[in-house]
Amino acid sequence: MSFFGYPGGVVLPLYDEIYKMKFPHILVRHEQGAALAADGYARATGEVGVCLSTSGPGCTNLVTGIATAYMDSIPLVCFTGQVATSVIGKDSFQEADICGITTPITKHNYLVKKPQDLLRTIKEAFFIARTGRPGPVVVDIATDVFRAEMDFDYPEDVHLKGYSGLFSGEEKAIDAVMDALSKAERPLAFIGGGVTLADEADDLRVVLKKLGIPVCSTLMGLGCVEPDTESYLGMAGMHGSYAANMAIMGCDLLLGIGVRFDDRVTGIVKEFAPEAKIVHFDIDAAELNKNVRVDVPVLGDLNWSLPIFAKKLAAKGEDFPAKFAAWREKITAMHKEHPFSYQKRDGFIMPQQLIETVRHLMDDDTIFVTDVGQHQMWAAQFCNVSRPRHFLTSGGLGTMGYGLPAAIGAKIGQPDKKVVLFTGDGSIMMNCQELATASDYGVDVKIVVVHNHLLGMVAQWQRMFYNRHYSESKLNGKTDLVKLAEAMGVAGVRIEKPEEMETKLAEALSRKGTTLIDVMVPEDADVLPMVPGGKRLDDMILEKEAAK
Amino acid sequence: MRKFLLAILVDNKPGVLTHVAGLISRRAFNIESINAGYTEEEAVTRINIVVSVDSERELEQVKHQLSKLIDVVKIVNLTEVDNITRELVLIKVRAKVEDRADLINIVNIFRAKIVDVSKENVVIELTGEESKINAICEVLSDYEILEVARTGAIALSRGPVPVKQMEEN
Repeated sequence: MSFFGYPGGVVLPLYDEIYKMKFPHILVRHEQGAALAADGYARATGEVGVCLSTSGPGCTNLVTGIATAYMDSIPLVCFTGQVATSVIGKDSFQEADICGITTPITKHNYLVKKPQDLLRTIKEAFFIARTGRPGPVVVDIATDVFRAEMDFDYPEDVHLKGYSGLFSGEEKAIDAVMDALSKAERPLAFIGGGVTLADEADDLRVVLKKLGIPVCSTLMGLGCVEPDTESYLGMAGMHGSYAANMAIMGCDLLLGIGVRFDDRVTGIVKEFAPEAKIVHFDIDAAELNKNVRVDVPVLGDLNWSLPIFAKKLAAKGEDFPAKFAAWREKITAMHKEHPFSYQKRDGFIMPQQLIETVRHLMDDDTIFVTDVGQHQMWAAQFCNVSRPRHFLTSGGLGTMGYGLPAAIGAKIGQPDKKVVLFTGDGSIMMNCQELATASDYGVDVKIVVVHNHLLGMVAQWQRMFYNRHYSESKLNGKTDLVKLAEAMGVAGVRIEKPEEMETKLAEALSRKGTTLIDVMVPEDADVLPMVPGGKRLDDMILEKEAAK
Repeated sequence: MRKFLLAILVDNKPGVLTHVAGLISRRAFNIESINAGYTEEEAVTRINIVVSVDSERELEQVKHQLSKLIDVVKIVNLTEVDNITRELVLIKVRAKVEDRADLINIVNIFRAKIVDVSKENVVIELTGEESKINAICEVLSDYEILEVARTGAIALSRGPVPVKQMEEN
């Protein structure tokens, strides 16, 4: 267990105790790095991530990290120092109302003004963060509370009137799913990050085997289904596979499991799965019917529903894989005909090729982390991660700068696993100060920069929809990322030619110690397929068409 | 648009009103009124909100999102049960000598009360349903209304069962 923080005025009494106790603490270089590292730690381990900052600018710097965790339902407890109780509300030095600021982006938050409330609050904060639909909790503590002395009497139980943390549903909802399956001819499973959060990939795999139906994933669900599963179609949505999107548009029953029907995955929401009855397994009642109409809701924790679903499927005589064989084979054939693809180019390293190569050079237990942009989507398409909690990415908020601190947090949480970060020359600069953290603590992450001298995704949209007006998206600067890494005590390697991938890239990935690998790729590669904003999922721009 | 009155029982803790109000604003829900006050239980505050929604689905969203707040103990849609709804208004009206008799008449017709009087004005107090309060405001608009303060609606169900013992609906 480690936590991530940055000291400052009002938390000095706490840091003095950390010093005296030798409490394990990772000093980041910016509070945003602390929140994002705690997020990476939480995603990689399934435990609650913890960060600590001082008041005012310290806690406002956490905000992007807190919002990132909130959008992807990641359990965090963020401790922030607050000015002394006697001066709260007086615009005191380094005062900010962090509870007010974070109310829309936290599952819950607390301001602790009395020492006797502290231990109960901490107990509740961790309980709320990790149970139910997880999320970030802020605990803001007035500095005088740190100075108080009291007995350590940590409560064993939590008593909250309006929140039990238990989310079992009604079994008859699952009977309704069985019934819908019996009537269906073209069912499709559509799985998401909820499966990862509930650590339910094993039960999901059992269910899928019993069903024998095509399955696609959201960005957040990657890793829950093994990529070599026969009827697996990869990611769906804006940059999803052709077959995944066509299957959504053509299915007559869609089993949404731990998904929230985000606009990046539905295309125009009114025409999402137009022929289908929609089944929705989710822990959060507010997700049912939020974005799409749901015909068969299964409200409850996936830890409750998926095992029951698996049991009912086992007990039922019907041979679903045989029943759905024709549909499955049709969709699987479609996926074979239109896999994720790209054109290689002589003398250049294509970004997709780079991701495929890195993936082949690493073992299955490697945790891949991404930043945000084109490289993130290429990683989602080509990285083929086979285990849950092995593909960490900022999905909902799309936070550039997520990658490096999250990779550091993941490696600290899972020190025995290899951690590879895919980032871009845009994203890496948003939290490049954390190279210093990685090197100081010897955090062995491999940082692969997909370097195209552009804000790639912005430029792609400008190329496609804004008459190639590359408004402020070119990074023509003279930044030398290898030297930047070296300046912070991180080894740097530059790779420019395809033939170097077998040699220099392989060496760099297998060497010991934090390493930044700066890989030059062409600037005009597009992420395809693509469903333009506001279009139906079957209205895709495909690789083959774009090549013409 | 339809209006619904939701009774929300919440933990009486600092920040709870911020959490409820913040959620309503973040999710872009339309509310007509919100008020909060102590209850028969010291640890519980009751927040009454009137939401206006386009559809059943939107109403469900409001309730589910509010239910997720950790401080929220219970939500009951009182519009769906037999209920008594009341709102209180204070209206300050310019009362010239020649208008005074008319104003007193209006007050009597509405069974309102005059709770303050000066040489130039009266303050009228009225309790009732929203439509009645709208009606007196309409009638008084022929005179010079100086100021209006309304509480927004509160409601109780009819019969002995309190909200805390009702099924969430």
